[in-house]
Amino acid sequence: MSALTDCLRQARAEGRAALLAYLPVGFPSVEGSIEAMRTMVDAGADIVEVGIPYSDPVLDGPIIEHAGEAALKAGVRVSDAFVAVKAVSEVGAFPIVMTYYNPILQYGLDRFALDLAAAGGVGVITPDLTPDIGRDWRAAAARHGLDSIFLVAPSTTPERLHMTVEASTGFVYATSLMGVTGERSSVGNQAEKLVNRTREAGAEFVCIGLGVSSGTQASEIAQYADGVIVGSAFVRALAEAPNLEEGLKALRGKVSEIAEGARKRT
Amino acid sequence: MTDSLQGAPGPYFGDFGGRFVPEALQAALDELTDAYDKARVDPVFHEELTRLAVEYSGRPSILTEVPRFAQHAGGARVILKREDLNHTGSHKINNVLGQALLTKRIGKTRVIAETGAGQHGVATATAAALMDLECVVYMGEEDTQRQALNVARMRLLGATVVTVKSGSRTLKDAINEAYRDWVTNVETTNYIFGTAAGPHPFPAMVRDFQRVIGVEAREQMLAIGGLPDAIVACVGGGSNAIGIFDAFLDDDVRLIGCEAAGDGIETGRHASAIIGGRPGVLHGSHSFLLQDEDGQTLTSHSISAGLDYPGVGPQHSWLATIGRAEYWPITDTEAMEAFRLLSETEGIIPAIESAHALAGVVKLGQEEGPSATILVNLSGRGDKDVETAARWFGLLPEGEG
Repeated sequence: MSALTDCLRQARAEGRAALLAYLPVGFPSVEGSIEAMRTMVDAGADIVEVGIPYSDPVLDGPIIEHAGEAALKAGVRVSDAFVAVKAVSEVGAFPIVMTYYNPILQYGLDRFALDLAAAGGVGVITPDLTPDIGRDWRAAAARHGLDSIFLVAPSTTPERLHMTVEASTGFVYATSLMGVTGERSSVGNQAEKLVNRTREAGAEFVCIGLGVSSGTQASEIAQYADGVIVGSAFVRALAEAPNLEEGLKALRGKVSEIAEGARKRT
Repeated sequence: MTDSLQGAPGPYFGDFGGRFVPEALQAALDELTDAYDKARVDPVFHEELTRLAVEYSGRPSILTEVPRFAQHAGGARVILKREDLNHTGSHKINNVLGQALLTKRIGKTRVIAETGAGQHGVATATAAALMDLECVVYMGEEDTQRQALNVARMRLLGATVVTVKSGSRTLKDAINEAYRDWVTNVETTNYIFGTAAGPHPFPAMVRDFQRVIGVEAREQMLAIGGLPDAIVACVGGGSNAIGIFDAFLDDDVRLIGCEAAGDGIETGRHASAIIGGRPGVLHGSHSFLLQDEDGQTLTSHSISAGLDYPGVGPQHSWLATIGRAEYWPITDTEAMEAFRLLSETEGIIPAIESAHALAGVVKLGQEEGPSATILVNLSGRGDKDVETAARWFGLLPEGEG
């Protein structure tokens, strides 16, 4: 039982998939990114993934990579993520953080969990930290009531799938395909297979990420997954706009489209 | 021998090492670990690797004593281990042939590699040509410019060279891009990693494939009078250094790794992870690392593309922490002085990477005097660096420099 499982259970009761919306803090500015996160909540995001920009994002495609680079160049700090988390929490959505491991390690595992929980954060996704390597982090997160969310991929072996499902709290993040973040025209049938395998391994809630960029895709995924995770499509809406105001308008449109898609469970 | 330091198996070396990679790559790394564990005890694998080492790379590499150079190193006895004479011009071929054979064993048809100076890229392209594997090499834009000759060499060998334009546009970013390729194409593709760093099993496996340097050198030294007092090698990721150190870890021999100090440690413009960094996680392992307060990787600086990397292999971090090896900073200027010195006194043009070790030898020799015997790993030859050196020393005709 956690805020995340309550949220996902509520969405399930409403016959829809939850929308988990990602944006990196600090892009296009710290204030701008927070404004954008509030806009996403207003347009239908249930859970906001606050991304911490990182110098070496090996699981990110060019859209998120470039946004993170710009944020770092503008001086974004790890602690800015907690400001964003607090803002998301205040408008009634559930904030989680998505971060590569070294920023957590350098901040201090316990201190990071403490400050995130104090800001209203409910969980953390670590793309380059698997549960077998991340025992210390899982313990710190648990001490402060945070969910530790881990990834599974189409290449994940049955043994590792069980191990990861066992260790994950909140939900399991299933990557729809082999690759990095970015928009794809289709997530293919690997995604559904992986969700089924993950459920068979005992996961109660499974959300799908990587490559989702349209309402049509979201409604396909909503047929079999508990949540739809979208990042690059939202970052692109901000990145391609001539100014923040236009960017927020485009972002609102994209979030509404995907939230609408996630509601179309037939 | 229960407390031997040799051949430490990983995944951890003390607090260092591990496997900090996305779940999508875990199965491939398990498969590679498994294939390697089988190969390492398989006489057929060793026979094939040894045959290639002898008939293709030209092993064993010779020792060369350099008395005219040594006059500038306090008169100590200085002996070079000539990895520069290997096919493709550096120690990198030792590791690549091993990993390419493993690639065939696990049935993959495509290899990817990162490269800084281009030596590992050239070695991988060479092995791929030899073993009929498709080859893609990732190289930072800054490095494709300063090592243009090696880009052409890789293309001549049939490899695709991808110029990486993100981040600092050097080795670190080439590794990021190679990881992205691997995550996407892992079903058909093996990542031939160039140095004794990265996630398990790479640090231990690359060390094992490079270990031949130290094993040969130890026998060769014993045959000419005894073990050296000290061994000196340059350290970027650290594969040539760990390759020559490992067989001597249980001996009473000083081991000195020379890190690239760029403009000087105090300027902040350097690539000395152990001397100027602190522990963190980058590219799959926990090790010393140049980073800011938030754990963001800092850009490294060195005249040597092959040492221009903000991290270092976990086994070096461990050897530094337990005090078994020393790590010294060598600036661009000191390295280039040693580069010139070996060229002019011995007729051997070293790689700028290896020149960092030679600069360490000059310092050590001046400290120790004529009674000392110093073995240095001449890890590569300097053909690729002629343009950089010519600019540094102002040897190009006016208007072209």
